[in-house]
Amino acid sequence: MSATSSATGIGASVRRKEDLRFITGRGQYTDDVNRPGQGYAFFVRSPHAHANIRKIDSTAAAKMPGVLAILTGDDIAADKVGGLICGWMIHSKDGSPMKAGAHPALAQGKVRYVGDHVAVVIAESLAEARDAAEKVEVDYDVLPAVVDMNAATKKGAPVIHDVADNNTVYNWHLGDKAATDAAFAKAKHVTKLDIVNNRLVPNPMETRAAVGDYEPGTESFTLYTTSQNPHVARLVISAFIGVAPENKLRVIAPDVGGGFGSKIFIYAEEVVCVWAAKKVGRPVKWTADRTEAFLCDAHGRDHLTRAELAIDESGRITGLRVHTLANLGAYLSTFSSSVPTYLYAPLLSGQYDIPAIYAEVDGIYTNTAPVDAYRGAGRPEATYVVERLVEVAARETGVDPAKFRQKNFITKFPHQTPVIMAYDAGNYDASLQKALEMADYKNIGKRKAESERHGKLRGIGISAYIEACGIAPSAAVGSLGAGVGLWESAEVRVNPIGTVEILTGSHSHGQGHETTFAQLVSDRLGIPLDAVSIVHGDTDKVQMGMGTYGSRSGAVGMSAIVKALEKIEAKAKKVAGFCMEASDKDIEFKDGKFTVRGTDKSMDFGAVALQAYIAHKFNGQELEPGLKESAFWDPTNFTFPAGVHICEVEIDPETGITHIERWSAVDDFGNVINPMIVEGQVHGGIAQGIGQAMCENAVYDAKGQLVTASFMDYCMPRADDLPSYQVGMTQTPCPSNPLGIKGCGEAGAIAAPPALINAITDALGTENVPMPATPQAVWRLAQKSITRKAAQ
Amino acid sequence: MAMTMKGEVTLPASKQTVWEKLNDPAVLKECIPGCQALEKTSDTSFSATAKIKVGPVSATFKGNVELTDLDPPNGYKISGQGEGGVAGFAKGGARVALTDAPGGGTILGYDVEANVGGKLAQLGGRLIDGVAKKNADSFFAKFAEVVARG
Repeated sequence: MSATSSATGIGASVRRKEDLRFITGRGQYTDDVNRPGQGYAFFVRSPHAHANIRKIDSTAAAKMPGVLAILTGDDIAADKVGGLICGWMIHSKDGSPMKAGAHPALAQGKVRYVGDHVAVVIAESLAEARDAAEKVEVDYDVLPAVVDMNAATKKGAPVIHDVADNNTVYNWHLGDKAATDAAFAKAKHVTKLDIVNNRLVPNPMETRAAVGDYEPGTESFTLYTTSQNPHVARLVISAFIGVAPENKLRVIAPDVGGGFGSKIFIYAEEVVCVWAAKKVGRPVKWTADRTEAFLCDAHGRDHLTRAELAIDESGRITGLRVHTLANLGAYLSTFSSSVPTYLYAPLLSGQYDIPAIYAEVDGIYTNTAPVDAYRGAGRPEATYVVERLVEVAARETGVDPAKFRQKNFITKFPHQTPVIMAYDAGNYDASLQKALEMADYKNIGKRKAESERHGKLRGIGISAYIEACGIAPSAAVGSLGAGVGLWESAEVRVNPIGTVEILTGSHSHGQGHETTFAQLVSDRLGIPLDAVSIVHGDTDKVQMGMGTYGSRSGAVGMSAIVKALEKIEAKAKKVAGFCMEASDKDIEFKDGKFTVRGTDKSMDFGAVALQAYIAHKFNGQELEPGLKESAFWDPTNFTFPAGVHICEVEIDPETGITHIERWSAVDDFGNVINPMIVEGQVHGGIAQGIGQAMCENAVYDAKGQLVTASFMDYCMPRADDLPSYQVGMTQTPCPSNPLGIKGCGEAGAIAAPPALINAITDALGTENVPMPATPQAVWRLAQKSITRKAAQ
Repeated sequence: MAMTMKGEVTLPASKQTVWEKLNDPAVLKECIPGCQALEKTSDTSFSATAKIKVGPVSATFKGNVELTDLDPPNGYKISGQGEGGVAGFAKGGARVALTDAPGGGTILGYDVEANVGGKLAQLGGRLIDGVAKKNADSFFAKFAEVVARG
């Protein structure tokens, strides 16, 4: 796919079409949806991390003004509403299936984390619902809680789900243990690290919300919800939870204000809203407040890992071994089981040629909020392990970290790693060299000395990340335990005057699909950008789709559009052939014009579209009227975006403040549709990665109380924490999809944490820097570092 | 989240008088900040209603108060727990020890451990210590006043 010279086609930095409505407050979000006569839901949530419910007394609450209904787990059970599901089956290394405890939408006899859903009060107004909720008396028998993964697996620990002995969901593994152990036995040097990947709260700007509506005349339900994948929500709520059959359930995800993964999942609140709408006979609306978002949105990361790297006498990596404890929280969220297994361990080869890898992962229940995919989902955790190990190994063996990486890079493609993945294309050294140049790596010694003269500590850190995006071949993920296929669908509807609607199963919640997808169509059909509208997020309009996550909308969603456009072109050529009395084989289509080859006879796209619909020039039995085509695209492989980020920091040992002096990012996303949007995605991703590495940390106390449940106590990165990024690109087109694109949505969040921590450890001269590297933590380490240097 | 607090206060009355006041529901009700009701349900237990405000969270807590480890007139352990509905819960106890003060009067020593959960912990977390200290100070100031009144 070559770049176009068009101002709006592929490769052009077109301004985002959707931004005008977003920045002028004209977006229509779920909370903007109001149905006549709607009631407001307020959830009674557990203040205890672990307790049996003896009794719920809502007598007093039911008498409060405005109350329409108070519903509990008993009502859910009586109506046979099924529990929430986890859609990816993981098998332990002994072959046994994962131990998934029941996950009712409203608690049935037991609560398992602070914020767990005990009852819902529905009233005429939110204030009345909240007041009545105060009067719901819940008699709890408080049980001991466990939040620490090591404590949870010990004998005698509180049992969270009866089905899971030692609170262990699975003991999973991947790779060749014998070959890996042999590599370590022969190693010249072994680098060992204990790594904590800190727990994060997603915090999209728009909190979750849901409006459930029921139409008794047609016995049909509508759910408006903040979802990254409304079709998956409909499938789960219909097929598994059983609220309504699919043909009677419409799910609409209107404008969605950020998700970062947290809006992939099917949560209790939206299920309750849609179910209660029929039960109460009123539309039911719920919008999370920020505290509820902290408590109940699925959290991210939370791994404890023992990692080891084996190196031979020539400085080559010969083996990698990890044992990871993954906190899954109190219940298995929709895709939680896959994140620390198949989205994590297959990436442990990084950009390196590693002959032997063995990973063990234990998934563990604790009395904390469920943990699931968050920007990068497993791949940031893998990259953090690999890039910390590689950096430390280079330092321990006295080799320049850039050279150490270069020596171990994969250089021949395709490359089969020992952990499932077959990398299709890349040029890792090209990204490294460009990043080293941008970072002025060769002069870092001078800059360090200069900082030292001013009493500061300067460090530089490299992160050479890889990720697997565009998930994924359906057959491949199916063989690994996924309950769904991960193709994407598209429909192209050409209107009689040549404007076009694209219906896609992808869902935009900040990614800019309305612009980039339109650029593709404008480029292919030669029509203006404004003549193209993108329709998504409504199961009544788009027949089926798998949604947006894992940087898949470009690689998979746009590939489906390409396939549908090819069908449109073929059909339109036939129509043009009839109109211009030529065989469709002699029709050329270029720049929006159909031309009879070798003649000056031509028709533009709009004229052909009109002829397709009026059908005056051809026999309707020979060629169907109309111009509308659809396609499903199932990828042949994952895509493998990769790149190198280099971070340079200066630390003030007096205050512990880490100042990011320079951030040089070079990414290979393959072909790029809109460089400006891609750069924006990189910026946002890095900001989130810096947030994880320096600020953010979700903390539960020993009794399971979330003590970082507001922006007072949970530190988000702010503008003045972030540097001005230098962003560059290399390009090796992806051979596995028609556009050659790889995906860019998560790269920054994956690349950033190890780059930053490698820089801080370099500055401090100690490897033992935790995330988040807060000023307090850095200050303590800086004091030790100064003492150590003085002693030398 | 847990909170602990230790301290002592000297009261202008004999150990016996202080002990009696410590066991008098009317006195306790008067002294416990925000206490709206305190009724004896047995010789060593009470039911209580108290309004507590921690930062932005204000709620009426209903619960039980129990007296254990009774050692008249030297001290006891007073413990309680209350549910504040949507605001969460609070529970805790104080070990109270009475000794004769060298210059007359009685020294009341206390050792408090408390736990809060739910919204109180989420939003009030960093304010809890201050609020607990303020409530303890307020309790003993009032208690000293009642004891002095005789």
